[in-house]
Amino acid sequence: MGIELAPQQTVLHDMDELSFTDSELDYHVRNALKAAVQGDCDSYNQLVAVIHHKERLVPEEVALLMTCLKALTGAVSCMHIVHHRSLLAAIFGMSLWNYGTDVMDALVELLISLAASSGQYVDLCLEMLVTNFMPPSSSSTYFIELLKQPRGIDKKHQVLDRVHSTFQDIANLVPLSPLRLEKIVRDRMPNIYTKEPFIVMYVENMLTLESGAAGKLVGGSMLVAIMDRLIDLDVEIAWDDILQDDFSKGIFDMELEDLEGFSDHVQQDGDELTRESLMQRFFGGNLVAEKLDSLLVLTFEHLESCSGSGRLIQVFETLLQSFQKTVLTAYKSKFAQFVMFYACSLDPENCGKMFVSTLVNIFVSGVSPAWRMSAVAYLASYLSRAKFVAPSFVAATLESLVNWCFDYCNKQDGDINPRAHKIFYSGCQAIMYVLCFRMRSIISVPRLRSQLLLMRIEDILRHPLKPLEVCLPSIVEEFLRLAKRNRIFSVPDTFVDYGMLESELSRAFGGIERLDTFFPFDPYLLRKSDRFIRPNFVYWSMVRNSYYEDDEDESASDEDIAEAGISIADDISVDEGDAHLDEFDYALDKMSITPRDSSTKFGGRIQGFVQMPSKIRPSTSPESL
Amino acid sequence: MEGLKESEANLVVYLHPSMAKCVNDAILRELSSLLFTYSETFDGVVLAYDPNVRSNLAKILPGIHPYLGVRLKAKLLLFSPKPNMLLEGEVVKISRQSIHAVILGFSSAVIADEDIRDEFKYKVKHGKEVFVSRHHKKHKIKVGTMIRFLVKSFDEEILHISGSLVAVHTGCARWLDANLEEWSQADSTTRKRKGRDEKEQKTPDDKMMANREMPSLKKDDRIKKLKKKRKEHT
Repeated sequence: MGIELAPQQTVLHDMDELSFTDSELDYHVRNALKAAVQGDCDSYNQLVAVIHHKERLVPEEVALLMTCLKALTGAVSCMHIVHHRSLLAAIFGMSLWNYGTDVMDALVELLISLAASSGQYVDLCLEMLVTNFMPPSSSSTYFIELLKQPRGIDKKHQVLDRVHSTFQDIANLVPLSPLRLEKIVRDRMPNIYTKEPFIVMYVENMLTLESGAAGKLVGGSMLVAIMDRLIDLDVEIAWDDILQDDFSKGIFDMELEDLEGFSDHVQQDGDELTRESLMQRFFGGNLVAEKLDSLLVLTFEHLESCSGSGRLIQVFETLLQSFQKTVLTAYKSKFAQFVMFYACSLDPENCGKMFVSTLVNIFVSGVSPAWRMSAVAYLASYLSRAKFVAPSFVAATLESLVNWCFDYCNKQDGDINPRAHKIFYSGCQAIMYVLCFRMRSIISVPRLRSQLLLMRIEDILRHPLKPLEVCLPSIVEEFLRLAKRNRIFSVPDTFVDYGMLESELSRAFGGIERLDTFFPFDPYLLRKSDRFIRPNFVYWSMVRNSYYEDDEDESASDEDIAEAGISIADDISVDEGDAHLDEFDYALDKMSITPRDSSTKFGGRIQGFVQMPSKIRPSTSPESL
Repeated sequence: MEGLKESEANLVVYLHPSMAKCVNDAILRELSSLLFTYSETFDGVVLAYDPNVRSNLAKILPGIHPYLGVRLKAKLLLFSPKPNMLLEGEVVKISRQSIHAVILGFSSAVIADEDIRDEFKYKVKHGKEVFVSRHHKKHKIKVGTMIRFLVKSFDEEILHISGSLVAVHTGCARWLDANLEEWSQADSTTRKRKGRDEKEQKTPDDKMMANREMPSLKKDDRIKKLKKKRKEHT
């Protein structure tokens, strides 16, 4: 194939058999460019027309386009940013998605050549490549459909592989280009209202950059930008989407995992509700939740691959900084914090411990009271819900919390005052919350049991500041019950606010943000990314069943406990077996307080809701339960 | 290599009050934000700094945030290539139309084919692209060679240098150093003027200006000078 280059005729229309060498073509293109600078734009305009032509190219037109691109690659030194404005606009307006691999290769060669030839083109080339992260918006519906098919996936790989290798090639020639690229990628990040496939593809590209060759230079800011976007999506999901007030029995009677498909202890009491349908009810059709879900899947997969290639610790350090700046300070973030949870689960020894020590530091020596309370809420929820945290570590962290609370209350003379000592109360509540989940596993190890007994918990709880009255009643109640059962602490039996989730005083210390009912790592509600979290998550039913199953058999078989994943030391079961009378009384009480069968209701003061607060919820008055 | 200079600067670094506890770290962080960017005040790209805080006292700026102004003296290593300076860099890509090199690991340089003297011929040997001198077969420029070239222009924003291999004392640095007599002789024989030897430094500039195209419109006055000098030569 060839192009007739007779000066009077246009290039496009005559396709005779004459062939020209590369150098002749170079010469022609250079002349066209130089002539355009002088004002003679004929050949130049033909060139621009060739570049613009993109609809349904027949093979000859493809060949023509490719040869023009190759000739331009050689002639970049003749290009002038002002005189050849329309040509440059045409080139930068091309989208790799519209062409075959041949043209793609020729185009990226041209881009590399342009970027290397002069500093003024570097930003333009990088911007064009970043725009190619996603298919062209003018034909977005076509591409969204195409991407659902295998050939669409192929196309995507063809384009994105070339885009990223071009970044690398440009970086080899212009070493400072990654810095420009970082800024361009951040600035062009789609906002949260962009269609899901596009925002997901863009984030996928950002993660590819993070793990790529330029990762050391740009990776940190990619991760921070992604976390910011996750939080943006997170705060768009309204609380109303999660909680449905038409659940008359109080949705807190059951956690989602209690329903079909989770454990052996599920009560199948005729409810047609499945986990799926509940999820659907919460988030069906909620586009923001779906976007967040998809992005979290991408993030979790990326963390998994980082862990595989040994980079998790560096990535985690960046994530931790981002967490302190945005997640911790966001008003009750709902799902974004699970990124930290998952990362810790991949490396409990390093990442998990780093996370905990950061939270303890913020609580103990932080500046803002809201952040300190938030940090201790994260800490308590993490230690309780993370299956991969060793009991010894939990005990050690508890000890530091207890010591702080003890030192604090020793310096106080005054009486109960929720607002003034809100940090102290949040610390106490955290201690009790963790013990509700972890008491069994701690006391089953004799060394840890004695460590627990040596902690000054009783002194704190009996102090005139009266944390037992201020902290969330449901937690206090559960804690007292467990403490009594396991004969760990001697604490007052009678408790005024039985059956209440919250009280006036707890609302007072929680403040307007209701940090008293903030349990950040409560059961995960996003459908697609749930599979990452579930294996590492402790559900209350797992723990509760282990506590209460003991009552069922006098002989305290280990089977039931083992099922729930917690092992029991022999001496405890023996103790329980001995105290028959107490057991009997307790069993009676137990039936009325924690109904296994959620449809059982008792009137009067027992509202049928005394389970561990297992959901994040905003403040509601007790009547609505 | 020209273009590098060391200077002493008297600086005042303004720190946010939250940094009052870790002043040294904060100062280093502020200074590091200057790196690899062209600064008009210093007239160059800051490559390295060595701060020396003289006193413990800092002035507090009045305002909403009482910033602390810390005075210090810093030694700075600056890179400021000016036209006609001789620089060295490593070649990273060769094509028929251009040679691309990287200077000091961060600055990119390109030499277009009109700025490569005719002595060099483009060849592809064993699949690798190379520029070989027609006069001296051993004088080769390929990927990985350290070349010496003259600066034509410097883009301050992206730190991109446009260079020239027209002058005789440009080319592969190692070959030039090893074969001093060969190319300096060639230099004097092509010139028909006397007393050229002492003025060796100047002549490459003149010869280069005579051969160089002047694409930019700003250099009109230079073109006039050029024509005058051409008349002088002949």
